[in-house]
Amino acid sequence: MSTKTKQFNEIIKAEAKNLNFYYGDFHALKGLDFKVSEKKVTALIGPSGCGKTTFLRCFNRMHDLYPNNRYEGEILMYPDEINIVGDNIDPIEVRMRISMVFQKPNPFPKTIYENVAYGLRVRGIRGKDIIDERVEKSLRGAALWDEVKDRLHEHAFNMSGGQQQRLCIARALATDPEILLFDEPTSALDPIATSKVEELIVELKKVLTILIVTHNMQQAARISDYTAFMYVGELVEFGDTDTIFTAPTQKLTEEYITGRFG
Amino acid sequence: MKETLQELKKKIAKRKFYNKIFAFIGFISTTVGIILLAVLFIDLAIDGAQRISYKFFTSFPSRFPEEAGILSAWVGTCLVMIVTAAAAVPLGVGAGIYLEEYAKKNWFTNLIEININNLAGVPSIIYGLLALGLFVYFFNFGESVLTGGLALALLILPIVIMATREAIRAIPNSMREAAYALGATKWQTVKDHIIPYSIGGILTGIIIGMSRAIGETAPIITVGALTFIAFLPPSPIEPEFPFLNFKWLMAPFTVMPIQMFNWVSRPQQAFHLNAAAAGIVLLVMTLLMNALAIYIRYKFRKKIKW
Repeated sequence: MSTKTKQFNEIIKAEAKNLNFYYGDFHALKGLDFKVSEKKVTALIGPSGCGKTTFLRCFNRMHDLYPNNRYEGEILMYPDEINIVGDNIDPIEVRMRISMVFQKPNPFPKTIYENVAYGLRVRGIRGKDIIDERVEKSLRGAALWDEVKDRLHEHAFNMSGGQQQRLCIARALATDPEILLFDEPTSALDPIATSKVEELIVELKKVLTILIVTHNMQQAARISDYTAFMYVGELVEFGDTDTIFTAPTQKLTEEYITGRFG
Repeated sequence: MKETLQELKKKIAKRKFYNKIFAFIGFISTTVGIILLAVLFIDLAIDGAQRISYKFFTSFPSRFPEEAGILSAWVGTCLVMIVTAAAAVPLGVGAGIYLEEYAKKNWFTNLIEININNLAGVPSIIYGLLALGLFVYFFNFGESVLTGGLALALLILPIVIMATREAIRAIPNSMREAAYALGATKWQTVKDHIIPYSIGGILTGIIIGMSRAIGETAPIITVGALTFIAFLPPSPIEPEFPFLNFKWLMAPFTVMPIQMFNWVSRPQQAFHLNAAAAGIVLLVMTLLMNALAIYIRYKFRKKIKW
């Protein structure tokens, strides 16, 4: 393995190189350089409006859904080194390899089973046996199987908020993504549901790469291996979570994590 | 200077008095509306009820008021409505979905949006004139069921488009993002999510459009519907292959409001009773359609809550 695809002696899964992003005339991300280690949890922290969610949403091209958004620079995904924000790359291809879990649980108004199966159906997978198997596997992966195995065909809206969020995680897992993006996944959940989702994230990093945006610094400290601190569209500091939280090199980082602003 | 309790009570009483005045005005306004409608309906019912019978529905119009019926009118109305729905639903829903989900938002689509809103307010006779020029003279469809149905379809197209767009706009963006994030294409998102989640609103809009179309007279007269028809169009269903027959599309026709108009304009009192009876039938048709719309809306609202 060449050195350019390594960081802290680990394989890197994705890498932003001089990434700029614009909402119309507004320059939201300013020249980010950033590496995501494979099968690790990387947390993005920073005050509201710093661009962490904007950055996250670049990874599955969510910005393409709205007009006047523009990417510059690149985000390379390894091992094949495709530029996922490149004009020549189909956003659908990117989204099939990189899944996302949103801030507010957003299950479809369909049954639990259909929610999980949807990603497979989109891919044209038909056989009932295959779908049954993948649905079970994903629900187990999201630590939800035991709670819902007897009511797979009930409406997803009958579940609690925490269950709905884990359902969204199962839905994202069903298609075997290489990277899973979490956009403040617990900000709408109570503490118990939050701790379940956190345990799940730690469990999931055994099989895939995780990138998570969080407002909650304790959460970043608890579950992430690496932490990036962003401020007004720039990456201020990046390092392993322990170092960032105990011995940050930048004054701004220190002020933020000690709660002096943000 | 502190006001005494006495003064305070006086002021409250004064404010409450104003409150009562408005409640009274509001009550009177509501009552006037309801009573007028009730009188209208009761008057219609008293006049028309005596003429409503099985025979009234199965008889053609006649020179003798007691023998006259609405067979050609209600059959004509149903056939025209089939054409209207067949034209307005795919065009209206398709345009609504396109404008909302596919079209880029720019000055041009804004212009289209404004003009669709304006079209909904254009007097119906204008649509009649358009249909006369386009369908009767240009396409040579004649004064037929097809022409009448298409004229009404033009009339309700803006209503269907706007209802579709409203219904689609009510779907939270988080649903679209969830679908796209799983790798769905635009069409997969539309067919698996946008249409199913907005179908209640779309159906309601279609039915409201149809119940407007069913009572329209002006455009139908303009395209030349006949007022006296003593035969039915050829049946759309045949006993032999291919079982369907489209000759009825080209048949001359009449509809309920025209039949009523024809009867009302005659001097004999007995014909006026017929008109009242036909009015009841038309009113019931409209009310049934509106009831269906309310039921559908209720059913889908219950199923999908955001």
